[in-house]
This record gives sequence, structure tokens and C-alpha cells, in this order.
Amino acid sequence: MSSQSSQFTGIRPEFPGLRLSFGSDQPLQLDSGASLAPFTIAYQTYGALNREKSNAILICHALTGDQFVADKHPITGKPGWWEAMIGPGKPIDTNRFFIICSNVIGSCLGSTGPSDINAATGKPYGLGFPVITIADMVRAQALLIDHLGIEQLFAVIGGSMGGMQVLQWAAAYPERVFAAMPIACAARHSAQNIAFHEVGRQAITADPEWRNGEYLAQGTSPARGLAVARMAAHITYLSEAALHRKFGRNLQDRAKVTYGFDADFQVESYLRHQGSIFVDRFDANSYLYITRAMDYFDLAAEQGGQLALAFKDTKTRFCLVSFTSDWLFPTSESRAVVHALNACAANVSFVEINSDKGHDAFLLDEPEFTAVMKGFIDGCAWHRGIR
Amino acid sequence: MALEESETAAAKRIRVDLQLIADMVRPRSRVLDIGCGDGVLLDYLVHMKQVDGRGMELSQAGVNAGVAQGLSIIQGDADTDLDAYPSDAFDYVILSQTLQATRDPRRVVEQLVRIGRRAIVSFPNFGHWRVRWKLGWTGRMPETDSMPLKWYNTPNIHFCTIQDFLDLCTELDVEIEKAMVIDASGQPGAFTSRWRANLLGEQGMFLLKKRGG
Repeated sequence: MSSQSSQFTGIRPEFPGLRLSFGSDQPLQLDSGASLAPFTIAYQTYGALNREKSNAILICHALTGDQFVADKHPITGKPGWWEAMIGPGKPIDTNRFFIICSNVIGSCLGSTGPSDINAATGKPYGLGFPVITIADMVRAQALLIDHLGIEQLFAVIGGSMGGMQVLQWAAAYPERVFAAMPIACAARHSAQNIAFHEVGRQAITADPEWRNGEYLAQGTSPARGLAVARMAAHITYLSEAALHRKFGRNLQDRAKVTYGFDADFQVESYLRHQGSIFVDRFDANSYLYITRAMDYFDLAAEQGGQLALAFKDTKTRFCLVSFTSDWLFPTSESRAVVHALNACAANVSFVEINSDKGHDAFLLDEPEFTAVMKGFIDGCAWHRGIR
Repeated sequence: MALEESETAAAKRIRVDLQLIADMVRPRSRVLDIGCGDGVLLDYLVHMKQVDGRGMELSQAGVNAGVAQGLSIIQGDADTDLDAYPSDAFDYVILSQTLQATRDPRRVVEQLVRIGRRAIVSFPNFGHWRVRWKLGWTGRMPETDSMPLKWYNTPNIHFCTIQDFLDLCTELDVEIEKAMVIDASGQPGAFTSRWRANLLGEQGMFLLKKRGG
């Protein structure tokens, strides 16, 4: 795959799926004070909306995720990123619920982002795209939910940056969220996480092919920089134990070290591969914009630092999930949210899953996590009167 | 939904002491069950009394099992995690068979009557005649059916008698609305006098509220 040219050079590809477009007269007001118009939201749905429109579940994707949560990915051809969780008879049961997943604005799989053509200039936005926030992403999703005629979502579920969106939904639209499941996330991005994001951004912008963000117009691709960014980030998604179990100090296709800088070790080869396949499916500028949105996320900031005020009088049923070996969004971050929710006497469950797979555990097969997901959804469905 | 409820109704049978606690809880009230284990009582209260019920449990395995059943439970510690709740957040706060395992029982009782309009507390009575007999006769720490562990591995670090507990309530200005004992056979008994209850009750169970609260 790495030998193929990037999808994000030259002409913007067309991806399959559903679209909701807003014209120049319906701008999306952004936290920065800027506005975005026209803009498009790309989304997928699974299952059927019931007559009462009470069975809708919104899935929020992570940094480099997309709307193809339970569909074959249009570029990689791989199964949807959460097919283990979503489908007929699965914990998020498509026979019972209407599932919606939209590509966040700023991304590159169909929703408007920096790789799209700026109507004002006729060229790709590049750095002309306005800086977006998690709240902006959620504001756009709310427009989609309005469009679908759904007053209240039965549940909003997501991990990592998806979990940030879940928290934002619950804080901004409490009466529109019956149940919320923020997984492996935090109410604010930590200094350490901002630091890792900065390394990734520097890798991209240091690539001479980045061309100050205008690589699409100039026909180049900052693939090296983006790959390095992905490699650094990928380490943060795993754990020391998982890396050791998978690779140890094993050598790659050789009996001894070569006294050079080839990928002697399997772990090096693995990371290089992860970097090289990533550039085929993701846009470098989108990576800059979306990491920035995560950096800016701090739900308590607009409440004078008191997170509990963000959830005052909430009726939403919450279930927070963390994983023991996740050092990117450690359990302490989820616990801080739980304490804030307790301070509003909110209905909250909090589960820490024992796993050595690091942050990525939420995407993998963890039977205890699956059981918790099913239990929470079924319990909430019982309270909501959904059969 | 009516059908589901009647189905569950037929299925629910819980331990006698838990049933006694459940009988004290008003339907459709807000309840926090501290040290809820895997949520047997909570499950009963949610389905049979339609309460808005939450649980707190120290053991992660208990929490995960309870949430997987659809209950609202958080991993937490009665000693450290009650401060976050606002006053009068619940109609009932339940602490069943857990007080003796807390590091600071006095502070915990204060918190119970602060965050709950009512608190329901039950604990093994160290003043029970069998405990007295074992300690007095053998000179060793008592082990009974309700306290089966050795002194060095028991999580129960703050045993008390019914008399001790009543003294603490007086000291904290906590009113006892209801008091009962459970005898060795698990049957509830009337609380005829402090002295008698302290001798014959294997467990004490109390409905408390802050005086003037």
C-alpha cells in the first residue's frame, strides 16, 4: 500500500455515503469567531429509526477515525473501525437501534476540511481553513441530528477524541442526550498530550513538501512528515507491555544487527509500516487541525475551572470507561469527570477495564468492555422504554 | 415494559437483611448504595421499587459485573469519594455491612447523613453474646459466620458494638428513626432495649437522619 501514491495529492477523491450540505447562507459559527460556509457533513447510518425517533445512537470517532464505523473503509478496504461493537446482535445492535456516525468537520473523508476547495479562492483551503474546536464539531453534528428530525439521541458514544465529543454533547445539549458513554478520554487535554501533538505537527510542517500547507495546490505531499507524526502518535496508543509482547527485541528478517540505521528491529519496521499506510488515508493539514481541536479542549475552562458546572442538573445517564494501561488518557482523567458528575448527583457508572493494550484497547476485542457496553446500553434502553 | 417488570418481580429474591433494608426504602426515591458489591440490592430496588439507584463499590470486579447488568455503579471508596456529593443528593444512602471496613467510620457516618436525607446502616455487632463468649472464654479474636476471617486478613478494621454505634450517633447529633437487630438465624428481631439488642443481635440495622434535617 505504501507504494501507492497518496489519496491526498492532486484531486480530492469522492467517497461513498450520505451527505448533508449547507449553503453560503447557512454558515457554521465557530468558537474562534470565524464561520464556515458552505460546508458539508459526510455520514453513515445503520439500522432504522423507530416511529418515536427514540432509538438513535450517535457514534463519535477519534482523531484519525471516520464515519465508516461499520462499513468497509473506502481507501484501505479494511472492515469498519468498530465492527466488533456495532452490528446485528452486537452490543450496539443495529436490529434495535438507529446508528449515526459522521465525519468531523476539519477531517478528510467527506466532511468539509482543509483539503476541500475554498469557494472564495477556488483553491484548496490549506491553512486558510478556520481553526476548529471539539465544540464546533459537535455543533455541526447537532445540525445533522436536527436534519434527521431527532429531538433526543438515545445515546452518544465515543472513545478518545470521540469521548471528548460525548462530553461536549452532554454539556452543551443535556436534554438531547439520554445516555452518554465517554470512553478512554478526558475533560481536558493534558500538557503531555499537547506536547505529543506538537511533535506530530512539527514533523509535518518541517517536511519541505508541506509547502506552508499548500501541497495540494502545488502537487506535492508531506508524506514523510505525516508518517513520522503517525509513528510518534502510534506509540502513545500502545503500552510498554503490548509493545514488548508483540515485538520484544526481535529482529526484522535478519539474524543479527547490521550496525546501521535500517529497521533492524521488528518494532521499527512495524512503526514505519504504520506511518506509510496512514498517509494513504489521511490528509496532513487535517491532522494539524484536528490535533489542535483536541489541544484546545477544556470543558471546565468556560465554567471558571469547575467541571461540575458543565453538567449542572444533568438528567443524562453516564457510563465512563478507562483502561488500566492507557497512559494517554489514564484512569485519573475519567475519575476526575466522575467526581464532577458526582458533585451534580448525576447518574453515573464508571468502569476501569483491565487490559495491557494501552489506549487502543477501546478499539480491540476486550470481552469485559463489550459486556459493560452491552449492559449499559440494555439498562438504559430499559429505562427509556426501548424494546 | 409492564411485562418485563412483572417478569422480574417473580424472579427477585434477596437475602433477609437486604430485604429488610429494601423495605425501608420508599418507591421511586433516589438511592445511593455504598459498598454495593455486584449490585444485588441495587438491582432489586431499581426493578421492584423503581428507585433512581446508584452504587459505589471498591472492588473493580464487582463494579464491572454490576454495570454489565445495566446498573449505575462507580468504582469508589466510602472513605474518600463521598466528599464530592452535594448535601441531600439522595433520599437514602445505604451502607450495608461496610462501616466496619472503613478507615474513618465517624467521618463516613457524618457524610452519610449529609448527602442522604436518610441513611440506612447495618453492621455486625461485636457485642453479640457469641462474640463476647469467644473472646472471654478462648481469649482469642472471635471468628463467627458473619466474621469468618482471621484478625490479620480481615478487611474489618473498625468493629463496634451496637452500644458503641448508638453513642457515636448521639455524639454526631444523628437521630435514629428505626432500629432493629438480626439474630443468628437471620431473622429480624425487635429492638426492645439497647442492652438486650447489644447482647442478642448478631447485626444491627438503623435508619438514621441528621437531627433537624
